[in-house]
This record gives sequence, structure tokens and C-alpha cells, in this order.
Amino acid sequence: MKKILFDRIDEPGLNTLAVYERRGGYGALRKALKLTREQVLDELLTSGIRGRGGAGFQMGRKISFLPKGDMDKYLVCNADESEPGTFKDRELMQKSPHMLIEGIIIAAYAGGIDRSFIYIRGEYDYQADILEAAIEEARAAGYIGERILGSEHSLSLVLHRGAGAYICGEETGLLDSLEGKRGNPRLKPPFPAVEGLYDSPTLINNVETLSTVPHIIRMGGDEYAKIGTETSTGTKLVSVSGDVKRPGNYEVELGIPSREIIYGLAGGPFDGRKIKLWFPGGSSAPVLTADDLDVPYDFDSMAKAGSMLGSGAIIVVDDSHTVLEVATKLAKFYAHESCGKCVPCREGTNWTVKMLARIDSGEATPMDLDIMASVQTQIIGNCLCVLGDAMAMPIGSMIEKYRPELEAHIEAARERAGSGALGDVVPLGVADEHAGPMPVH
Amino acid sequence: MSPLRPRRAAAAVAPPAPEPADWETPELAPVPRFGHGSRVPGWDEAVDLTKDPAVVPDPATTPVPEELRRTIEAAMARYPDPHSASIPALHAAQGVHGWCSPEAIEQVAAVMRVTPAYLTSVATFYDMLVTRPKGPHDVFVCTNISCSLRGADALYEAMLVAAEEDDDITVRSFECLGACDIAPMASVDGSYVGPLETADAKRIVEDLQAGRAVLEDKQLRRRPSADPGARGE
Repeated sequence: MKKILFDRIDEPGLNTLAVYERRGGYGALRKALKLTREQVLDELLTSGIRGRGGAGFQMGRKISFLPKGDMDKYLVCNADESEPGTFKDRELMQKSPHMLIEGIIIAAYAGGIDRSFIYIRGEYDYQADILEAAIEEARAAGYIGERILGSEHSLSLVLHRGAGAYICGEETGLLDSLEGKRGNPRLKPPFPAVEGLYDSPTLINNVETLSTVPHIIRMGGDEYAKIGTETSTGTKLVSVSGDVKRPGNYEVELGIPSREIIYGLAGGPFDGRKIKLWFPGGSSAPVLTADDLDVPYDFDSMAKAGSMLGSGAIIVVDDSHTVLEVATKLAKFYAHESCGKCVPCREGTNWTVKMLARIDSGEATPMDLDIMASVQTQIIGNCLCVLGDAMAMPIGSMIEKYRPELEAHIEAARERAGSGALGDVVPLGVADEHAGPMPVH
Repeated sequence: MSPLRPRRAAAAVAPPAPEPADWETPELAPVPRFGHGSRVPGWDEAVDLTKDPAVVPDPATTPVPEELRRTIEAAMARYPDPHSASIPALHAAQGVHGWCSPEAIEQVAAVMRVTPAYLTSVATFYDMLVTRPKGPHDVFVCTNISCSLRGADALYEAMLVAAEEDDDITVRSFECLGACDIAPMASVDGSYVGPLETADAKRIVEDLQAGRAVLEDKQLRRRPSADPGARGE
């Protein structure tokens, strides 16, 4: 397959303007500025590109939701890549920052936007320095500023460094953080396209989506739409990590079998190990089992398999790890990162951590699994943002798919702790004052 | 009667609570409301209710280092709304003072013309802004899912042991740092190194103490792409 984003990305000096221009960089911008805004938007709509950040919403449609007319409009590039398992934007920004900048300028042109921001996570210090230098170069060369290349299009671009918070990757949390507040998510609607940064219409896109824009303009929307499947067009960067031989970022055509990515590109699990479970789209995606390895890697096939493509991060867990261990790690992460604004998420994540700890300490019964599963279903859809859902979906799917293993774990832990065999436990409701082993709170 | 004294006669439900010996200051049992990892630091610290809320500091009586002032003002000028500069400003102040101390927050508040409370609310939200004293060197060990599958928890323990004697090095377990391809990894003063073994913990401390670049051979920035297509193959 011909690489699009990763085409010779290791070329030394690609982060400088000179090398990027020598390779035809900013050619797509020149081409776009000769077209009208509507024509550029048309190309993006035809390409069918869907957001690479997690939600998979069509980028062209997002731009078309922006109100027309003369007003303050903003473009914010979401470079707060913090979904566990995802590291594709890091490599893109570090190695080819001008590709992102060019994409931002073109997308801003299509949306009639004249102010833009890149919100990069604070931990990406090195990448932020590279981007800052690249923005300076682009400004000096006249690609950013007033009347770009003699056209009517003007754009300012500011790099904003975050300070370490997972929730700021959520678009409305990111906007609050960019406004200088705590990064708490907002109620939607109104969606950012109507009321976003500083209460103005705002277009928010992921680094990978925006980096693809120059290629769509260069190739033409029709040509780009031929790659991938009908509803998931183009190529995708996949971050493969966990128990595989060759972890890393791989660019694949959407729709290829997942097995080909995990075994073909990433080398599969270590010798003598088998895949127990895997996350197809970052740690927020419901887990899939070894039986699902032949599911095509695209948005709709993943949804049909009961999971999601998310940010395109595959995390492989082999049989040397227990499901409980993975679930506890996840739940602790989401409990720590919950901003605390919505009760179901704040309390649900904390209770899940405690219930998982009970399993390991031998205090739990299989009934705890039912309670835990019901906590997960009550988080989903009941909060302002999807952080709680992001824990509830994988944990819920683990309870559903690995219940026998979790029950065996409960039984073994009870034995270790001397809590009594499960046969002695009287279920709640049937119980009277003799419901001995049930812990009382 | 003290307003703190419980007035409810709950005898029907439970036996009445024993009267505290000194009823002016009844001893209240600590409420274990938030566990470890809470985003509400200081929840168990007493609040002085008689104190007035801090107002916007007077620039005339709040000296601010000239360079810090320039940095903050430059950051404020970059945004349509100067409030947006709160994170860059606090970050700069943390660089000068070592941590977001009350004094640092006071200085930022004086330049930005906001209350210290507003900035404290921001500083306590973000993991990289620290409201407790810390050493000048930061080691963030990623202990999230991908790294922990490859042994990050053992690495974190080893890192804690290796840096135990050195007050200049602050070791923290951190959420996913976005470098799962070099798992397990750590961010040492902002530069990513990995994949690490437990033996590397000692080398990190030695490199920091010697003042040289950390683990030159394991720097992420030198790592080529994993995708064979990226090299034009």
C-alpha cells in the first residue's frame, strides 16, 4: 500500500520548511487558495474522511455546520493525545509538523475561519518545541498571517500547551482549558460548531484528520475516497502496543483484517503466548477476544463487532495477564482522571475501583459482578461527556466476556483470604440475620 | 450554645452520642470521603472561616521578577481573552519558583489581574502544575495499561528506590504519556526515554546527578518509525 501520511516520514529534516517544500509541501495550500471555499469543502465532503480522534464524525459535515457570515470563528486542533495506547499524533507532529500546519490553514479556509489554535498536551514538550519552530518558519514564509499568498484568506495560529489532564482531550473540556479554566466538560448542545471557544463557532479536529487534509486536496476527494471501504475512507494510523513483538505506529488502509495489523505488522504476541483480549480503539473501547481477530479494521465493522475504532490504538493483552489486573488498571486511571463534575462518573469510577479491589482481597461474591455491571450501565449516557462511558464500556465488556475467569478469581481469592466458600453465602433477599459472610457497611 | 454542637435528638434511632468533654471544640471523626488519587487535594485540611477571601493582589506591593512578568504578559497578548494565559503563566511561575507556591500564584495573579483563588483552582486541576514543594528534576514513570503490561510497576518501584536519597528528584507515577511504543517508559525532565529495564532506574539518577543528557541510547527522539513504509520500503 502506498503510504499517505507516513510517506518517507523518517527523512531527516522533514520538520524544516526547506525539506517539506522540496517534497511539494504547501502545494496543496496553493491549489486550495485558487478554489473557492465551497469547492474546498466539497472536496472534503467527497473524500468522506471521518474524524481520527475517536468519535469518527465526518469532517466535511462538521465544517458545514459552522454558521456562515462574518463573525469570529475559531479552529482548534486537538493535539491533547492522551487516550491510553495512542501515540500516532506524537510521531506526526514530531516528524512532519508542516503537514499539520498546512492542513489547519486549508481547513480554516474551508470554514471561513481566521483564528486557530493547537492545543498540545503539556507532556509533549519536545514535539511542542518542534511545532513552535515550524509555526515561526511558516509565518516568516507568509503561510500564516494576513492575506496568505496574496489571497483573501488570513489566519493566526497559536500553540497552546496543556498541563496534564486526560479530560482536556474531550472537546468541550479542551475549550474550557483553552479559555484558562479548569478543564471541565460542558453540556452539549450547543455543540462547539455553534458555541465553542469564547462562545463563538469553533471547529475542532484531531491532528491526524487535519494532517490528512493537504493530501485530500492534492489527490482530490474522489481519489481519496477510493482508498479504504465505502463508509470508512482513506488510511489510518494505528498505534499498536502492549504484548506484541514490534509495537509502533503503522499506516494501514481502513478495512484490512485486524489480524494483519497485529500479526503481520506488529509481529503478534511473544513466543509461547496467546492473545487473551485486545482493545481495538484505545482503552475506552469495549474489549474484543481472540475470536474477533478477523474483524476488518474500519469504523463500521468495529461497531458491528460491539466495539469501536476510537482513536485507532490497538492494545494487545496476552494470557500472562489476568482480566482483573487489566480492569483494575483501567478503572484506577478513569477514577483519577474524572473531573468530578457529574456524579455517575465521579462516584461510578471510584466505586468500580473499590469493587475490583474487593475481588482481589477475597471479600467479593459473584453478585458483586452484577452490581459492577449495573454501575457501568448506569454511567453510560448519564454524564456531560464520555469519560465515564470510556470506563464503563471496557469494564462492562470484560464482565460480560470474561465472567467465568472473574468468578474463578473471586473463588480463589476467597479461599486465600479465608472468607469461606461461596456455597455458604446466603444471597441477599433470602438472607436473614444470619447472612454472615456478606460484608456490612 | 455552639452551632457546632449536634442538636438532633436521635435517640429513637441510635443511642445519643456521648457529650464531648469540652463542648466548645467537639472532636469530629475524620470523614474518609475521598480516597487516594482524588482531584481534591486538601479536602481534609481545615478552612479558616474568619479569613477574608483574597482579592486581586495590588501590583504596587507585589514584586514580580521582571522576566516572569514579561513572559506572562507576552502569553496574555497571544489570546483574544487574556484569561487563556493562566496555564502558560502558572507554568512559567512554576519554572521560576520550583512549584506553584502561594507566592508564585500571588505574582501571577498580580500580573493577570485575577484572584489567587481562580489560579489555585486551575493549578490544582492539572497534573503538571504542582501545589506542593518538589525537587527541580521530575521523573514521570508511565504506569498506564500498555506500560504496565510490560513491567512499568516494577520500574516505578525501582525508580522510587533509586531516587530515594536524592531530594532533587521527584518521582511520580503518571498516566499514559503517549509513548506506548517504547513501553515501559519514563519522561525525565520532559524528555522521553524507553524501553526501560529496572536497572535503568539507577542510570537515570546517575545521569541527572552528573547533569548530562539522560540515557542517550534510549531517547525517543532518535527512534525511527516502526512502519517499514515510512522508510520508503
